Amino acid sequence: MTSARRKSYGAKKAPYAFLLPATILFALFFALPIGYAIWLSLHKVQVKGLGLGSGARKEVWAGLENYTDSLTDSELLAGALRVLGYGAIVVPVMLGLALLFALMLDADRVRLTPVTRLAIFLPYAIPGVVAAMLWGFLYLPDVSPFYFVLDRLGLPQPDLLDGGPLYIALSNIAVWGGTGFNMIVIYTALQAIPAEVYEAAKLDGATPLQTALRIKIPMVVPSLVLTFFFSIIATLQVFSEPTTLKPLTNSVSTTWSPLMKVYQDAFGKGDIYSAAATAVIIAFVTLVLSFGFLRAANSRNKQEAAQ
Amino acid sequence: MSSLAVRKAAPAAGTTPGTAQGPPLRRRIAFVPTVTLLIGALYCLLPVAWVVIAATKSGSELFSTFTFLPGTGFTQNISDLNAYRDGVYWKWMGNSALYAGLGALLSTAVSAFSGYALAIYRFRGRETVFNILLAGVLMPPVILAIPQYLLMAKADLTDSYASVLLPLILSPYGVYLARIYSAAAVPADVVEAGRMDGASELRIFTRIALPMMVPGLVTVFLFQFVAVWNNFLLPYIMLSDDEKFPITLGLFTLLEQGSNTPALYTLVITGALLAVIPLVALFLVIQRFWSLDLLSGAVKS
Repeated sequence: MTSARRKSYGAKKAPYAFLLPATILFALFFALPIGYAIWLSLHKVQVKGLGLGSGARKEVWAGLENYTDSLTDSELLAGALRVLGYGAIVVPVMLGLALLFALMLDADRVRLTPVTRLAIFLPYAIPGVVAAMLWGFLYLPDVSPFYFVLDRLGLPQPDLLDGGPLYIALSNIAVWGGTGFNMIVIYTALQAIPAEVYEAAKLDGATPLQTALRIKIPMVVPSLVLTFFFSIIATLQVFSEPTTLKPLTNSVSTTWSPLMKVYQDAFGKGDIYSAAATAVIIAFVTLVLSFGFLRAANSRNKQEAAQ
Repeated sequence: MSSLAVRKAAPAAGTTPGTAQGPPLRRRIAFVPTVTLLIGALYCLLPVAWVVIAATKSGSELFSTFTFLPGTGFTQNISDLNAYRDGVYWKWMGNSALYAGLGALLSTAVSAFSGYALAIYRFRGRETVFNILLAGVLMPPVILAIPQYLLMAKADLTDSYASVLLPLILSPYGVYLARIYSAAAVPADVVEAGRMDGASELRIFTRIALPMMVPGLVTVFLFQFVAVWNNFLLPYIMLSDDEKFPITLGLFTLLEQGSNTPALYTLVITGALLAVIPLVALFLVIQRFWSLDLLSGAVKS
């Protein structure tokens, strides 16, 4: 009996032991930095005299000062608007293409699916920085095949790295990199639809287009919700693509996106306190959006289940 | 994947009598889907095709010849890249392999332990732990990276291999996937039978559950490998010594210098091509064994 009791005691302790490494890492690299960022955001440096010598620079309580500065910063607002515009292109185009390709892969009598599926998924394997570089070169008039063709045809050559076209140029990099992954998620959901559903549709005389619109798309809505959610989060955090294009054009400023502004404040200006406040604001917006979105999606699911 | 083949094949076989009026129905190709996918594939392969050709061009050819015309400078470009700062490029590739390989291995181990615990045991605080871990996915990397940098600086660890390796070991997404895989792959009866035989919980995990979880864990490993190999932000913030750079950061600094010295562009292009080869090769090899279902976390019963 004692051994049985010892065993059940072991089974009770075991999950905590198994979770220990994750807990330690979470405390050190997630919880502690977040707590520290919040602490920093509520402080500022007070400089005595010329700021020389020890004790001349002191961290003092700043209250919400950094937050009000950050929220009224026109650069941050401009960055947020740029990212909104960028996201308004990336998310619908990327998910639209992902859904289109997934439906095509799932269609009857379609050929070359192993090759095309792999080709469309391939950009997932290419680092975002390298993808931005490759497209960056394709946007550069001196090396781009597009400009070469336009030049030979005697057509005007727009500057792809400035103004409105810059948004399209940047969005294209994200669309190129992300479509394949989302396509796979949606395609997997399409494959899970039971065969009987199609047989019923066939008996009713549905065309492939009708089947796609009335059966397939409604049945993959949960996957679309998920991919939409992750795309929004990724868009809010855009950093490496505009940073990579920066050396190729003067149109990408160091504060193009909110995260670039955080980086610039922290390491360019050395003001970690206001950088922390901006970072906390971005995290807060992300969390509010995420939970609001998950709630809306959940209540929708419940409504559908009730019907 | 196989279930699809069965579903697709069944109705086709029934409706293909191969009558005299025309070719058998199943041999007809659906043009719209096939052509749409081909256009998508061309779009996705375009930059890859470009970099393959551009890497063959010498510095002067790059700016003077048609972009899709191969050049004559490939071997010269490679030896230039080898010579650049005593072969620092290969150091970057080695660093990337180290960060991604070791990082993914450790990350998979932590995910396996946590995912198994969350899937198999019923214990107080289980859902809370899981939800807190998942909230980590939503944290923008910069929010974490800047205080991580400052804390690493206090511990005198910035600009070290550890500063790039340690923060990436815990992957909330990896834990999430590992939980799904262990719930699907490890039957409760088997764990119970192990206990009856008097095996310790750790032994049950390593000897019985772990082998069952291997296919799922391979996916976690590959997912993490790609994520770390492609990571840019963390090394960008943590590292200043370019001997410790991963390939993404190395190429970025090369491109930055290239904006002042266009001669470096050929190095960047050749470097980008060589940097893409290992991942694409890995990708082509594994996709034969790697069920794409697993990537999206969908496990079929």
